[in-house]
Amino acid sequence: MIKGFVHSLQSLGTVDGPGVRFVVFLQGCPLRCKCCHNPDTWEINSGTEYTAEEIVGKVKRYKSYFGKDGGITLSGGEPLLQPDFAREIFSLCKEDGINTCLDTSGIRLDDSVKALLKLTDRVLLDVKYTSDEQYRENVGCDMKRVIDFLSYLNENSIPVTLRQVIIPTVNDSEENIKKLKEIIKAYPVIDKTELLPFRKICQTKYDNMGLNFPFGSVPEADAELIKGLYSILETAP
Amino acid sequence: MRHENWLGFKEGAWQDEINVRNFIQLNYKEYKGDGSFLAGATPRTAALMDKVQALFKKERKKGGVLDVDTERVSSLLSYLPGYIDEKNELIVGMQTDSPLKRGVNPFGGIRMARQACAAYGYRLSDKVEDEFRFRTTHNDGVFRAYTDEMRMARKCHVITGLPDAYGRGRIIGDYRRVALYGIDRLIEEKVKDKKALASKPFVVDNIRLSEELFRQITFLGYLKEMAALYGFDISEPAKNAREAIQWTYFGYLGAIKEQNGAAMSLGRVSTFFDIYIERDIENGILTEEGAQELMDDFVIKLRIARHLRTPEYNELFGGDPMWITEAIGGMGKDGRTLVTKNCFRMLNTLYTLGSSSEPNLTVLWSEALPEGFKKFCAKVSCDTDSIQYENDDVMRPLHGDDYAIACCVSAMELGKQMQFFGARCNLAKLLLIAINGGYDTTSGMHIGPQMPVMNTEKLDFDEVMERYNIYIEWLSELYVNTMNVIHYMHDKYAYEKTQMALHDTEVTRFMAFGVAGFSVVADSLSAIKYADVHPIKDELGYITEFNTVGDFPRYGNDDDRVDFIARDMAHKVITELRKTPTYRNAIHTLSVLTITSNVMYGKHTGATPDGRKAGTPFAPGANPMHNREENGALASLNSVAKIRYEDCRDGISNTFSITPDALGKTEKDRINNLVNILDGYFRQKAHHINVNVLNRETLIKAYENPDDYPNLTIRVSGYAVNFNKLSREQQREVISRTFHESL
Repeated sequence: MIKGFVHSLQSLGTVDGPGVRFVVFLQGCPLRCKCCHNPDTWEINSGTEYTAEEIVGKVKRYKSYFGKDGGITLSGGEPLLQPDFAREIFSLCKEDGINTCLDTSGIRLDDSVKALLKLTDRVLLDVKYTSDEQYRENVGCDMKRVIDFLSYLNENSIPVTLRQVIIPTVNDSEENIKKLKEIIKAYPVIDKTELLPFRKICQTKYDNMGLNFPFGSVPEADAELIKGLYSILETAP
Repeated sequence: MRHENWLGFKEGAWQDEINVRNFIQLNYKEYKGDGSFLAGATPRTAALMDKVQALFKKERKKGGVLDVDTERVSSLLSYLPGYIDEKNELIVGMQTDSPLKRGVNPFGGIRMARQACAAYGYRLSDKVEDEFRFRTTHNDGVFRAYTDEMRMARKCHVITGLPDAYGRGRIIGDYRRVALYGIDRLIEEKVKDKKALASKPFVVDNIRLSEELFRQITFLGYLKEMAALYGFDISEPAKNAREAIQWTYFGYLGAIKEQNGAAMSLGRVSTFFDIYIERDIENGILTEEGAQELMDDFVIKLRIARHLRTPEYNELFGGDPMWITEAIGGMGKDGRTLVTKNCFRMLNTLYTLGSSSEPNLTVLWSEALPEGFKKFCAKVSCDTDSIQYENDDVMRPLHGDDYAIACCVSAMELGKQMQFFGARCNLAKLLLIAINGGYDTTSGMHIGPQMPVMNTEKLDFDEVMERYNIYIEWLSELYVNTMNVIHYMHDKYAYEKTQMALHDTEVTRFMAFGVAGFSVVADSLSAIKYADVHPIKDELGYITEFNTVGDFPRYGNDDDRVDFIARDMAHKVITELRKTPTYRNAIHTLSVLTITSNVMYGKHTGATPDGRKAGTPFAPGANPMHNREENGALASLNSVAKIRYEDCRDGISNTFSITPDALGKTEKDRINNLVNILDGYFRQKAHHINVNVLNRETLIKAYENPDDYPNLTIRVSGYAVNFNKLSREQQREVISRTFHESL
């Protein structure tokens, strides 16, 4: 029986994947993104322990709400830190005909992750920046592994929703969006792109944890900005 | 039987007997498309609505009541005709002689009428006082017969809100009968029924029925005279859509002139009207725009209906509601949907006239409803927060396919079933009374079986349950007997002549009991079972507080350990109620519905083992307590869905508030997601849901600057209210509720 660490469960998720979704936030993340809005999910080997059966037992209770698009989303934290647990959850979901979505930064690609991806109906891939330099500066890892991950998804035709948090003064430039468009064009498996506004409601979480929010002084992204960037994305060559 | 005004309708049994359902089934046209055919408001409608808005504003400025006619007693023929703008009205008829002027109805109780006048700076005229000096009201009758224990239960608020001083309401006349048959035919049938009684033994039941029939026939005659004051002869069937709507409205208007019942619901008229509208469109005498105008004008009339209430009444039923509930949609027994174009038009009035709390638009939801209609409803919910949903798939097997909803959640077959309304008992208070061995710490009264205060350092679940059951049994018997007194007297002194004339002579009666404090008790019992609850006694030796140590499952998280406590409690209560016979052999039913009285019930209830402080509000209806949900919205819905409709046939109310962001990123997503949520919830046999899609910040702004939000409508327990019409306390309670937000 495979057990894993879970941060929290959300029975009504409508923003992490298509339709109505049961979202499992897994505990633990190796990254320390300066814009992270869930610092409480960083620590590994903490949170609540569940077996995969227990999680799927809960998910099944919401099947009647899923309609034709909804299902489960594994988010985090970084679900790739617990690939066997994630795979077991998806495997049990698949037995029950439940659509599976993986919300990840795509920073790991080994055999256990590949086994997980075999059972994944859609990946919500967080491409945080469009340059290696920014990745190193604001995430703490190189960009290549994310691109490798994306290539693998492309080769295996696993549909991808590409997501990027738009952070004013950091990646809200036209140039960044154009680079993003290049990535989208290079990997036809990406069939949807979401630009998410940077928000700071997480400030209290940092305060409660006694941590510094690195982007605490960066302004939030407003709806106008996001709208403008979407139109650039659409018209960019 | 044939009538020239029925030309073009498919013939059937409905012609030879009073059978509106049969007429609908043979003649209606299903509509499976979307809302793109709809027309907007015409300049006439807009101008009329502007006048109404100005009147609403005046009413608000005057503290909620624009005017009161203290000189006469409200009834069908008391007032001269009234208009908003006579030459521009398509549907006419007003409760008094002027819009928003309230009539006085002392039949429920003269004291209530007097106090209601006084509360708004009026004085009931000597003329009315004199008329009632030697007249027994419903309220007089009840208090003559009440036992000491009944008075005590009422006084200490363990049973509250009983209709013993105001009209009971919750009866829906089948107002469509006026349009389909005309008054003369309806009188003819009632005369036949009365004659048929002669061959039966003249014992109490039949003597009473014989007198009731006499009064029904008299009031059908008054209804005809009332319409004549407005220049209409309604003795014959309606011959076109405008007449069908007008005749039906006259039926309803007669009822609200005669009765000031707590909930005066409309029924299920949309699809019935559609048949006339379709015939007129086919005959080339009506356009889509014209059809919408007729519905708009009808709805304007419903929006200005008012009753005069006391401030105490408003505490129970906040926001000046009438519960002009209209049931829309649903499926037929033969598998065809009952959705017609006119169901869309009815909902469209929320756009043509703006959002509103009345009429109380209630969608009968079925998984099999056409997709286009489901999406349209979801859109209307997102845009207006003005509709509620009830599960047709659980009600249809019990009530057929021509039922409607009285008040918020009470299903009844039109013209064939009625109910005796019975407010609710306070289960949380009862738990405290049980623990204290028959002592109510908030009122200081001894009530119920007397035994020692529970004397343990830590409450034991089995011991508490054993005790609680003794008190549930005691209260159930008392509750039924109290209701028997009330409804005997209401029939005797405030019988609903107009409404019952629009029923079959032989009707099925329900006696509708209710519970409040549902989630508080579920969580309290869960705390006793799964955590350590240490009672704390006051200087008199009564338990007034609890020290609860450790965690326990809370209702609203889809956790069977506590959800089944809630489910079993509802079952226990209805099982006990059924043991005591009812007046007129009514069928016992139960609701988990509080209206806005959850605030008042909480005020009169001490601290509870779940950690709720003394005096703080309960959650409304069957809702989980505020901010105790850990796993989001659907978990909360799943918990409520476990309460069985067969135990609570008078309805299980759940109010759901979600921010637009949490429902989806785009309008299209929000609509699709809401449809899936409704489908998922009702597929689990859940009964009811109010949907609010709004931000808490909007409510806070409206709380602070009411003038900026004159028309902000929100769904509360089983109905919609104008937020500004709630008391400050009720507003704060609404703001403090759980809003499902995105992370």
